[in-house]
Amino acid sequence: MSTSTSHDGGSHGSVKSYIWGLIFSIILTVIPFGMVMKGGFSEGVLVVAITIMAILQVLLQLILFMHMNLKTQEGRDSGSFVFFTALILALVIGGSVWIMYHLNVNLM
Amino acid sequence: MATDTMTNQHVAAHGGHEEHHDTTGLKMYGFWIYLMSDLIIFGSLFATYAVIHNGTAGGPTSKDLFELDFVLVETFLLLFSSFTYGMAVLAMHKERVKQVMGWLIVTFLFGAGFVGMEIYEFHHLIEEGFGPDRSGFLSSFFALVGTHGLHVSFGLLWMAIMIIQLGLKGITDKTKPRVLCLSLFWHFLDIVWICVFTFVYLMGVL
Repeated sequence: MSTSTSHDGGSHGSVKSYIWGLIFSIILTVIPFGMVMKGGFSEGVLVVAITIMAILQVLLQLILFMHMNLKTQEGRDSGSFVFFTALILALVIGGSVWIMYHLNVNLM
Repeated sequence: MATDTMTNQHVAAHGGHEEHHDTTGLKMYGFWIYLMSDLIIFGSLFATYAVIHNGTAGGPTSKDLFELDFVLVETFLLLFSSFTYGMAVLAMHKERVKQVMGWLIVTFLFGAGFVGMEIYEFHHLIEEGFGPDRSGFLSSFFALVGTHGLHVSFGLLWMAIMIIQLGLKGITDKTKPRVLCLSLFWHFLDIVWICVFTFVYLMGVL
């Protein structure tokens, strides 16, 4: 029974993968907070930079903390569901902002 | 009795470990589906916030209200709790029930710290007259951040129950998938929080 760790250890992560996840998450948290709190960057640069770092941290935690992968059948099953949801979210959020922005512009 | 015999035959036919692993995988797949539908709720709240966050009705804007150093501490509490939950899962795969409970208690304390800070922040805002009824911006802010906070609170309740269950029953085929599903839930909430601190708090003060 206790041999299960060696059998499916890969899909449950290791101390190493969690520590890497933690270190990278700390870095990807401190940098955007630092950039915004210290100032000195233009708004455009900040928006692009913190968005990229947020996406990176989300992907990193999906892979290292939630063990998302495309190697195992289980990973592909849940992974495809995550991609599908991401598509729906892009439509819902992107579409709402797009439509409402234009309404706002046209009515002002 | 009849079902018992059938299960035993089933297990014997497939080998005990395979069978146990299969149902755990299925439960976790089901939980992924729940998480993704939950994500749609958060997505809708993010969309709502994005659309009306400029509707301040003459009240305070996000620039006036948000304190980033406070949010940074909240972020680290949740991030560390996500990491310590990972340690609990690793200990569970080594069948060390005392260690699992220990890590879960640490995770619980970090999570409780996060919820405590959020309640303090909300209380502070409402005291000053900047509650959800003040403006569209504040309504959508409280709805989004409050929904996340409620999720974390229910996660804490689930975690407390798991700590007690592990103490009573140990690591069994029943408690194991529960701890694993809660781990997905907990990491998921940290991922949602990344989007909250980036798109609500950081972008709010630009």
